[in-house]
Amino acid sequence: MSDPTTTYSFLLGRFSLASLPLNEHIVVVTFVVVALLGLALLGAITYFRLWGYLWREWFTTVDHKRVGIMYMVLGIVMLLRGFSDAIMMRLQQAMAFNGSEGYLNAHHYDQIFTAHGVIMIFFVAMPLVTGLMNYVVPLQIGARDVSFPFLNNFSFWMTAGGAVIVMMSLFVGEFAKTGWLAYPPLSGIQYSPDVGVDYYIWALQVAGVGTTLSGINLICTIIKMRCPGMTMMKMPVFTWTSLCTNVLIVATFPVLTAVLVLLALDRYLGMNFFTNDFGGNPMMYVNLIWIWGHPEVYILILPAFGIFSEVTSTFSGKRLFGYTSMVYATVCITILSYLVWLHHFFTMGSGASVNSFFGITTMIISIPTGAKMFNWLFTMYRGRVRFELPMMWTLAFMLIFVIGGMTGVLLAVPPADFVLHNSLFLVAHFHNVIIGGVLFGLFAGMTYWFPKAFGFRLDPFWGKMSFWFWVTGFFFAFMPLYVLGLMGVTRRLRVFDDPSLQIWFLLAGFGAFLILCGILSFLMQIAVSIMRRASLRDVTGDPWHGRTLEWATSSPPPDYNFAFTPVVHDGDAWWDMKARGYQRPLSGYKPIHMPRNTPAGLFLAGFSVVLAVALIWYVWWLAAIAFVGLLTTAIGHTFNYKRDFYIPADEVAHTEGERTRLLAAQV
Amino acid sequence: MTTALSTAKVEQGATIFHLAEDHHQEEGSSTLLGFWIYLMSDCLIFAVLFATYGVLGGNFAAGPGPKDLFELPLVALNTSMLLFSSITYGFAMLTMAQGRVAATQIWLAVTGLFGLAFLSIELYEFTHMFHIGATPQRSAFLSSFFTLVGTHGLHVTFGTIWLITLMVQVGRYGLIAANRRRLTCLSMFWHFLDVIWIGVFTFVYLMGMLR
Repeated sequence: MSDPTTTYSFLLGRFSLASLPLNEHIVVVTFVVVALLGLALLGAITYFRLWGYLWREWFTTVDHKRVGIMYMVLGIVMLLRGFSDAIMMRLQQAMAFNGSEGYLNAHHYDQIFTAHGVIMIFFVAMPLVTGLMNYVVPLQIGARDVSFPFLNNFSFWMTAGGAVIVMMSLFVGEFAKTGWLAYPPLSGIQYSPDVGVDYYIWALQVAGVGTTLSGINLICTIIKMRCPGMTMMKMPVFTWTSLCTNVLIVATFPVLTAVLVLLALDRYLGMNFFTNDFGGNPMMYVNLIWIWGHPEVYILILPAFGIFSEVTSTFSGKRLFGYTSMVYATVCITILSYLVWLHHFFTMGSGASVNSFFGITTMIISIPTGAKMFNWLFTMYRGRVRFELPMMWTLAFMLIFVIGGMTGVLLAVPPADFVLHNSLFLVAHFHNVIIGGVLFGLFAGMTYWFPKAFGFRLDPFWGKMSFWFWVTGFFFAFMPLYVLGLMGVTRRLRVFDDPSLQIWFLLAGFGAFLILCGILSFLMQIAVSIMRRASLRDVTGDPWHGRTLEWATSSPPPDYNFAFTPVVHDGDAWWDMKARGYQRPLSGYKPIHMPRNTPAGLFLAGFSVVLAVALIWYVWWLAAIAFVGLLTTAIGHTFNYKRDFYIPADEVAHTEGERTRLLAAQV
Repeated sequence: MTTALSTAKVEQGATIFHLAEDHHQEEGSSTLLGFWIYLMSDCLIFAVLFATYGVLGGNFAAGPGPKDLFELPLVALNTSMLLFSSITYGFAMLTMAQGRVAATQIWLAVTGLFGLAFLSIELYEFTHMFHIGATPQRSAFLSSFFTLVGTHGLHVTFGTIWLITLMVQVGRYGLIAANRRRLTCLSMFWHFLDVIWIGVFTFVYLMGMLR
């Protein structure tokens, strides 16, 4: 958008009115719609005087449950943005035949496929996964909060800050046109002189800080905060997969941070890490980014595996088959995920032995994954399976994920990969595992834990509508891409010459339309459930006959989660408590020690966003101010030593008394 | 955990499913573990920078190489500054354990001065290189050299800022539990930077002279 030869002003850097995409009608219309909706939302919040409530109860909260819910909201909002990009691409590719250029120019189309990938991974899948872990893990281990409650709030705001930066790029300037991993030399300053790649870099850096810190936080929580009796091998499987995921986060996100710093140094200071001259080596970037990138897909799928384990055992009314093997399989996958990165670029030319090594390690991953699949099947075997929504998502996952896994093993064979590399076959494969695995897992998890978070179930009718639209939509949208990929169609194309291919793109477009219906049904499901919450109400706290500790407390749980710290004797702790006739204590409450809310995380993230935007637009004075602000706020926050308070015993007694009354009214 | 469980069992004489007393998680009980994990993640950033230096460190692009640029006596002096600062930080921790505020502050100040000396020598070295045209833009070798050594230097800079902050906090609130915890974290950070520097010294400077 901006001409690299423009002179930079001191005040605004390289920003000028020409940076606004006023000639892109689609963007302008989108902006107007978003602006109007945004104003309506802000107006509504002001009209109903909700700012104080939002500030006190949500924005500054350090309660892991509320932070978790904010992550979920962020993920769902960004899903709408990421999906808009998807359906625009499908429409373009379905149209651009027989000499038609479609309706998107190359400049815009390239930004869309980049933004789609970045948003779906970093700002949809990651917040949803982190949100569920945040909400569920402390409850499952019988803890009152995470290890570092303030850090948790800060991590959320950093993730949200990254999302804000990406969204800004839609209306101010442009986003990267490089594909979601921004390979140099294309992403270098020589070939991408505009702000797009800088938006990409700083959005991911800001969000990456949040992700890394939340990873550290959850590892500490799981290691240090388990309730008495809960040994490692008595932890619920979701907690186990969360632990492994967070280990992966801490072991890989620093690599992403470092490699993006190197790219930024190339772009900002003219260094030569990934350039074509002065000894730079672009393949170094590709290696490093995939050392992060491959574990990243396991960061997303492992918690989904955990969700499926919880759901399968709950809705089969049976203990999970092969708990120990499930744990070992998870740990195996965690380790192996670090040894396969090179399969993303077999065509680099590393030679037969290197390619063979990475081909074989990749295929080996299918063994622990297959073991998990059999564990779920055997859990269902001779169980009383209840086909509620979470179980339906799980069954669809088992079918679809196996297909995706098999195409993955095909791609792991280096000679086959030379043919399929960068083709739509690859695109079909990873959507197959990410939609069929991660997204279905998240839907299963959201439906499963929604009554815990809000005290009422999600409406099953609209949930089933969403389910069937998603499942059929998935097959229509991605099976044609397998066919096209086998025929040699490469990814990221904007127009096509061969008219015989069009029918497949039309089918894929129809699939995207079905998925649109699935997303709308999901939103409808939430709206209908809120309206019908009285009839969907659950006062027991245990609507699904659950097995793990989160179902032992009320729905929604009180701020302190558990009035008394539970003691665990079995892997399925709550099931064990129910089976042995455990009675909830009705007296003897003690004051409970809790962390205090603070706005410091929001301020720190705010300064980070300002710093990032200033750096993107070369507004150095603003960057300096934001940096000083960041440092001062951080240091200032360390002078706050009063970070906790006690919930008085009377208040605990009152809250628990309310619950006793509700439970009694129900019986 | 186990003790809490067994005492509870003894009290009730039967299987219990909750603790009657508040299971108090001591404030900051996870901090040292958390900070250690953070350090390991930071270590990975350095691992990437080392790996990049390992791959690109020989790409001089017809520019100056290590033998033209490094002065081992200067680097030896610099290394000793950092190693001394680690020793003095160790003394600060010993005096902290004895609860002697003034002595702790003095050792912290000495540590900070050694840190500043290290940074000054490093800056002198960098300006000298810039002066003879060995800038980070000159070659991939120099890009990766300046980034690896500079990132370490930035860490020492932030460590020094943190150290000053902690000195103010110890001065104001004394050696309370929170401050002891913070000093322990900074201690880990400071020694960690020392370890990284040993890697830089060996891998970049010594091996560079042999290359």
